[in-house]
Amino acid sequence: MNISIIAFIVLVVVSLGLFAKNVRTIIRNIKLGRGLDRNDNKGERFSLMAKVAFGQSKMQARPVVGILHFVVYAGFIIINIEVLEIVLDGLLGKHRLFSPLGSIYTFLISSFEILALLVLTACVIFLIRRNVLRIKRFHSKEMTTWPKSDANLILITEVLLMSAFILMNAADAQLQNLGSSHYTPVGDFPISGMLVGSLSGLSETTLIGMERGLWWFHIVGIFAFLNYLPYSKHFHILLAFPNVFYSKLHPTGQLPNMEAVKKEVELMFDPNADPYAAPPEPVGEPERFGAKDVTDLTWKQLMDAYTCTECGRCTDVCPANQTGKALSPRKILMDTRDRLVEVGKGIDKKGKDFNDNKSLLRDYITEEEVLACTTCNACTEACPVNNDPLSVIVDLRRFLIMEESKAPAEWTGMLTNIENNGAPWQFAQADRLKWKDE
Amino acid sequence: MSELKVPTMAEMMASGQQPDVLFWVGCAGSFDDRAKKITRAFVKILNEAGINFAVLGTEESCSGDPAKRAGNEFLFQMQAMGNIQVLNAYEIKSIVTTCPHCFNTLKNEYPELGGNYEVKHHSTFLQELINDGKITIEGGTFKGQKITFHDPCYLGRANDVYEAPRSLIEKLDAELVEMKRCKSNGLCCGAGGAQMFKEAEKGDKEINVERTEEALESKPDIVATGCPFCMTMMTDGVKIKEKETEVKVYDLAELIAKANDL
Repeated sequence: MNISIIAFIVLVVVSLGLFAKNVRTIIRNIKLGRGLDRNDNKGERFSLMAKVAFGQSKMQARPVVGILHFVVYAGFIIINIEVLEIVLDGLLGKHRLFSPLGSIYTFLISSFEILALLVLTACVIFLIRRNVLRIKRFHSKEMTTWPKSDANLILITEVLLMSAFILMNAADAQLQNLGSSHYTPVGDFPISGMLVGSLSGLSETTLIGMERGLWWFHIVGIFAFLNYLPYSKHFHILLAFPNVFYSKLHPTGQLPNMEAVKKEVELMFDPNADPYAAPPEPVGEPERFGAKDVTDLTWKQLMDAYTCTECGRCTDVCPANQTGKALSPRKILMDTRDRLVEVGKGIDKKGKDFNDNKSLLRDYITEEEVLACTTCNACTEACPVNNDPLSVIVDLRRFLIMEESKAPAEWTGMLTNIENNGAPWQFAQADRLKWKDE
Repeated sequence: MSELKVPTMAEMMASGQQPDVLFWVGCAGSFDDRAKKITRAFVKILNEAGINFAVLGTEESCSGDPAKRAGNEFLFQMQAMGNIQVLNAYEIKSIVTTCPHCFNTLKNEYPELGGNYEVKHHSTFLQELINDGKITIEGGTFKGQKITFHDPCYLGRANDVYEAPRSLIEKLDAELVEMKRCKSNGLCCGAGGAQMFKEAEKGDKEINVERTEEALESKPDIVATGCPFCMTMMTDGVKIKEKETEVKVYDLAELIAKANDL
């Protein structure tokens, strides 16, 4: 077995192993969330996933970007069929293992090349949009440092991978022209074929070095990129599917009724309840009302955070954000992910009972942000992967009011009025029908 | 001023009657001076159409929406279960409301707590009255006027009611002009999520001003809406932009009542 096959096997095993480990950590972190049953209506969930995740229906709300994104998505998936051949070549020490397919092979590789060029073009346009045109939502306060580099790194990596694929084919074609022994004659492909001429001055050794170098760059790049995903917003390419599958299905305007509260209120309304009865023994640790930290959120809210691709469509349509308030729904989910990663690392180091005296509320998200939301659902409507930042905001509000009794003075007044006279304003319930005679 | 016929559930019950539909007036509709006009306009239409309806009157209480959205789930559920007790005691099956917040809460959040009713927003209800021939709209009053419709979030995005309000405007022989952001892309007026009851957080603009500017860009004679809170926000916005003489803000029910000289 030659050295390059061994190197290749090591590469595959190490990168897949590392990836599996990181994915397991993410699954563990998501499971730190509270339970929530989202296994109902499977049929509806599958069709939603087909439409929103596979079909990217919500991306098309902005058609130009929608189409470009679809090109990158479809291109990337289809071109990865080629990775299968590359992996098998690598493991078996072959070259162009599938070439006996003849004209089908030519058709496949030609299609991959055309797609590769389209992906490359789309990524260049995306880079220009981000860095030259400076689209506003890519330059807000949460989009500095890592999130900004993350986006650019993804795009640059894709440009490099696609370029390597095309250049590799060009060198390969020139080697075929030279009659180099190892290089199966498969003919020219449409895109790389245009570059072959410019390689004519190069010697066989240089070309072999170039072809091999690009081959290794391409495949190492793909495995490296795979391992980059768990640290990046690009993880959405995997999580978008389950995330849409487990979307909230009930009408957008419905906020879930809290079960724990329901039990207590039902007891208060039950005329047969014994007011002096001892409360039932609590099962396990009592849950907080609302959310202070990520572990108070549901697993679905945590999955939302890992799925968020930081596109900022939510923030772009948020009425509070558009009028200069501190709230950005994108930041709510980015903070949730950052905090969850921090909690996860803490648990890895110090075990399950790890406590760093920090929390999502206040250390990451301020009260000011939480209070600015109008619950208008523009963010959830805009999200291409059906995330629900609004539910996180409401859970943080619930914690503030129900656990800390903390609310702006006007809200305290409003709540007191509802409690005392059944209306948010200070009017007597007995006057409710006065409008009839005015 | 014409006398309104507004039977209460208590009166109905006493005389052994059951209404076909309960009109849930809501707190704004009961107490807010501007919203009371919407309530009266809607009742005039109900009277004109001879609808067998009733209100809860003094037995009605806040639906709990602002409490829930502010984060006070306890108070919300207390309100909800109290209301459900009253509604179920009267064996209410069908409810119509002029407030999208009450509409959303009653329709979507009450069932789990034991309150199952067919709930409609008045725009849908009015459209059905027209379709069933129970009211006819006399064109003329608004003929040729430009009307833009501001989608209330809790009617549109929250419950997918976009067409009923628009079909009502078209029935008025008016020209419906859409704002840049409309229907599912509609911009909030700024009042939802209990913001109605507090000052906005620090920012560089009020949301209702942003929305009013957008409404004014469509050069309307009338801004129509279907929510008492949107009414407040848009009316204030028009005043801030000093356009209150040229541009009026009306609820859908008021437009129909006006068209029919009610």
